[in-house]
Amino acid sequence: MNGPVEERRQHYLNVNYGLKSWLLTVDHKRIAWLYLVGVTFFFFVGGLFATLIRLELLTPQGDLVQAETYNKLFTMHGVTMIFFFLIPSIPAVLGNFLIPLMIGARDLAFPRLNLASWYIYILGGLFTLAAAAAGGVDTGWTFYTPYSSIYSNTHVALTVIGIFITGFSSILTGLNFIVTIHTMRAPGMTWFRLPLFVWAHYATSIIFILGTPVIAITLALVALERLFGLGIFNPELGGDPLLFQHLFWFYSHPAVYIMILPGMGVISELITCFSRKRVFGYDFIAFSSLAIAVLGFLVWGHHMFVSGQSVYASMIFSLLSMLVAIPSAVKVFNWTATLYKGSISFDAPMLYALGFIGLFTIGGLTGLFLATLGVDIHVHDTYFVIAHFHYIMVGSAVMAYLGGIHFWWPKMTGRKYPEPLARLAAVIIFLGFNLTFFPQFVLGYLGMPRRYHVYPPEFQVLNVMSTAGASILAVGYVLPLAYLIWSLRYGVVAGMNPWKAKGLEWETTSPPPTDNFEVMPTVVHEAYAYGAAESQAVYPAGKPANV
Amino acid sequence: MSDSSIVHAHQFDDAEQQHEASWLGMWVFLATEVMFFGGMFLGYTIYRSTYPEAFADASNHLDIWLGTINTAVLIGSSFTMALAVRSAQLGARKPLVRFLILTLVLGALFLGIKFTEYYAKIEEHLVPGSNFSYAGPLGRAAQIFFSFYFAMTGMHALHMIIGLALLTALIVKAGRGRFSSVYNTPVELVGLYWHFVDIVWIFLFPLLYLVGRHLQ
Repeated sequence: MNGPVEERRQHYLNVNYGLKSWLLTVDHKRIAWLYLVGVTFFFFVGGLFATLIRLELLTPQGDLVQAETYNKLFTMHGVTMIFFFLIPSIPAVLGNFLIPLMIGARDLAFPRLNLASWYIYILGGLFTLAAAAAGGVDTGWTFYTPYSSIYSNTHVALTVIGIFITGFSSILTGLNFIVTIHTMRAPGMTWFRLPLFVWAHYATSIIFILGTPVIAITLALVALERLFGLGIFNPELGGDPLLFQHLFWFYSHPAVYIMILPGMGVISELITCFSRKRVFGYDFIAFSSLAIAVLGFLVWGHHMFVSGQSVYASMIFSLLSMLVAIPSAVKVFNWTATLYKGSISFDAPMLYALGFIGLFTIGGLTGLFLATLGVDIHVHDTYFVIAHFHYIMVGSAVMAYLGGIHFWWPKMTGRKYPEPLARLAAVIIFLGFNLTFFPQFVLGYLGMPRRYHVYPPEFQVLNVMSTAGASILAVGYVLPLAYLIWSLRYGVVAGMNPWKAKGLEWETTSPPPTDNFEVMPTVVHEAYAYGAAESQAVYPAGKPANV
Repeated sequence: MSDSSIVHAHQFDDAEQQHEASWLGMWVFLATEVMFFGGMFLGYTIYRSTYPEAFADASNHLDIWLGTINTAVLIGSSFTMALAVRSAQLGARKPLVRFLILTLVLGALFLGIKFTEYYAKIEEHLVPGSNFSYAGPLGRAAQIFFSFYFAMTGMHALHMIIGLALLTALIVKAGRGRFSSVYNTPVELVGLYWHFVDIVWIFLFPLLYLVGRHLQ
């Protein structure tokens, strides 16, 4: 299997060199790298804002920054992390790299569009960075009107234009994925042989194409209101600020599932590989992704329980929000059942996957607290909410992203990362994360509101714990950055399938050739043929040449 | 795409797969567009039910004749676009170019009339903002109506402008004989887009121009 790689075998990384060959590439694997550079940059920019927030909250007084600066810090942290890191992270990096490989295609359906998506993403990012450099924006990432449309005198228009532009990058990525998955599957790759990673990205793409245009037009209307005086959300004219909230959350709640569904796809791959077991309940996991995508469009009102929406609407939204727990729980139970009697190994990607399951369970269950009308009124806009969504977005989505990056790193680069360091980093991140965010559940339950830079002294102990945890978390994030870059040059050569994993992406060389496969594959059995089917080849006519 | 009409891009197995992918891609894109305009249609619906008198009254300030003529112009352009697609499928180069140019001209005419209307609205101080003035007690909600008028027709006009750019590119390619009865996907796709933009107007026209007709 892991035959030695010839010295000068041509693959997508060495087929040509130079900046131009990267900036004008239409190879989905190289575009994934472009995205990797972009999202890593924005991750650390967003992390910088988070660092300043946590430093300010070390003491009850406002001694590091003023209230205005603090408002800008949490706004820029949210905007950067959500729109420029979390949303593109797994789909645009791992999805881009892996979907054609996993379904046995040479590329995505529209390679030039794929490159255009990256440029659109970067252009949107530049607008947002310009807004940050010009003095920032202080509305919160939610841009609630009329504060954002009339009263705020910070750079709202520039920021929302940046988000508007970046939205089109998401739309085009989603479009590309949907068309690719529909039309470019290899012979024998039926829908129910697709890896669950692909199903998860299919569900995510549906949200991309149906949700993103709504936030685009909503933010465009806010920008038009600021720039040209249109009055759609203006209460002075009889306009309805609640309409903005409805439109905003119609996208932004599904956007949470944009951030988590691809991660769930990653976890399905990791759990099966490191348990050496066929996944438990394939159909249920596949359809639970679609169910989350569809239900996700029907729950936005749970963000508005205290905004003055009708109590009957709130009751319906509460009920629908609880329904999302069902497909989410299906996934967690099925992953757990997959672990049962598996021969589990604890490589770094698996540590991330196990961390994901635990943290996602906490994040998901606390989501049920928030979906409950009475409890939500108590903890609304407190640190309980902050802790809840960080358990989903950082504890789950970022864990899955890092797990995926480690798992497919040998495929992307042809080299292995240093395993002991990687395990250490995974443990540091898990511990640091919990120390950062678990105290915030308590803080929120005790009544500490979000978005304030000063707080009563009795909350200090828990805040100090949180800030201490954040510094540990920072170490955990810098470590992979360092050793992954190191491994590009010094890592052990991986071979085509270092994990003995199943899936078409492991049936080609590492790194893959530009066209992905020397011989286009034909698929003869279902996904995750671990165990009994371990020895069966995917190629009925024998292995391709050059392997 | 080279002169030999059945060549397909490297990532596809064959021309049929390429056609299927392009076709699906366009429909997915149009689904996105429906949601994009849908946000504004939703807002319009809510405010119209909140302020029915103001919306009816303000709608009478729109030029019904120019709106009707423009509707006819746009439907005409969809007709010529359909003929262009048909010509492309038959591999008839000259009619293809002719119908594409005709579509372009009608599209430009639509925009010309639209901008005439915009100009009149500026003259009448009906553009929302500090210069807005509207006689009578319905002025505040009327400003919301005109906000929707400009946002919706403006987004529609933007789509028309993009459509004109696409048509221009098609005309150049068609003139060079790039399309044949075997390969004409771009004409079909731009046709779909053009019809979509047309349909958006078919909804906008009654919602904006005809709401208040019964009051006159």
